[in-house]
Amino acid sequence: MKPRHKKLAFIAAGVAGIAVIVALVMNAFRSNLVFFFTPSQVIAKEAPVGRAFRIGGLVEKGSLKRENDGLTVHFVVTDTKHDMNVTYKGILPDLFKEGKGVVAQGRLDSNGQFVADEVLAKHDENYMPPEVASELKAAKASKTNL
Amino acid sequence: MSKINLYKFASPATFYGLAGQMIPGFAVLSAILFAIGLYISFFVAPTDAQQGEAYRIIFIHVPAAWMSMFIYVVMAVYAGVGLAFNTRLSAMMAQALAPTGALFAFIALFTGSFWGKPMWGTWWVWDARLTSQLILFFLYIGFISLQSAIDDPRRSDRAGALIALVGVINVPIIYFSVKWWNTLHQGASISLTKAPSMAHTMLAGMLIMAVACWTYTIAVALFRVRLIILERERHATWVSELLEDAK
Repeated sequence: MKPRHKKLAFIAAGVAGIAVIVALVMNAFRSNLVFFFTPSQVIAKEAPVGRAFRIGGLVEKGSLKRENDGLTVHFVVTDTKHDMNVTYKGILPDLFKEGKGVVAQGRLDSNGQFVADEVLAKHDENYMPPEVASELKAAKASKTNL
Repeated sequence: MSKINLYKFASPATFYGLAGQMIPGFAVLSAILFAIGLYISFFVAPTDAQQGEAYRIIFIHVPAAWMSMFIYVVMAVYAGVGLAFNTRLSAMMAQALAPTGALFAFIALFTGSFWGKPMWGTWWVWDARLTSQLILFFLYIGFISLQSAIDDPRRSDRAGALIALVGVINVPIIYFSVKWWNTLHQGASISLTKAPSMAHTMLAGMLIMAVACWTYTIAVALFRVRLIILERERHATWVSELLEDAK
């Protein structure tokens, strides 16, 4: 093999190697780094069966119920199409609120209830002062009243 | 008017002097911008409706994360040019940028962790955004250690350039991870395609901090490249003349 061909072969092998690495990483990301499943995906049986996984969505307004022990909570996670009942015993993060995003880790029990052992709050990318937030809320409310 | 000879500045000897002249300006600018930026961040910008005062981590977290990605791209371009055209100075610039990039990647991860605990309820999760940013940090560390592991500068430049170029694929993955996959990390507040979703003063503080990080990076990288030039050209006559003059 001439030196020039050798060099070309090296480059070709390098490029092929990089392509394989990228393909593997992307594939790993696709299968493992789905951080959470939406309730619709769970109902469509896309979520893993028999092992822990995470569900994510919004906490349905008015669905949060606290048991008398003060620790156990029930709430509904919704992606506006489908709902999922979640039970959790523990301390909720500060940003956990009805109508806001949430990611819960746990598994499905036999009744189709999601029993969470960890609840994380997922906030949005909007940052604004409280006055603006309340004005927005008022504007929205007056719109729906019309 | 005579045309400026750009090739002249690709020579380490010329660039050594030019870099020395540019450093003070960028350093002073950076100090002023950091002072203004931090003042706006902590005293002028309003409290956030959702997150209260803790959101102020954003003024360090986001500029650091931007810089870590941007510096990587610049470093890879320099390394690539050095690899393709055998220009010595480009490889030295890539080497000079890497520690600052690694520093910003670390700051982004560290501040993110401190932000995640009170807001999300966890220090760390293996979601796509956090994981790919961690990979970026490891790429920087890999680049630095590989380069310093090989004694012959030409071979170490080539090996480093390979890591830098392969790793570039990670930068768009970091940026778009919040769009492509379900992540705990929220989407971008600032993008080229839509209006920023944050209050003006907050945005101003963040952008000033970002420019401050830029000027800091330029000053530090130029300072570092001067040392690298001296070290690598220590056998050249201009270096010994310089040392003679300094005596």
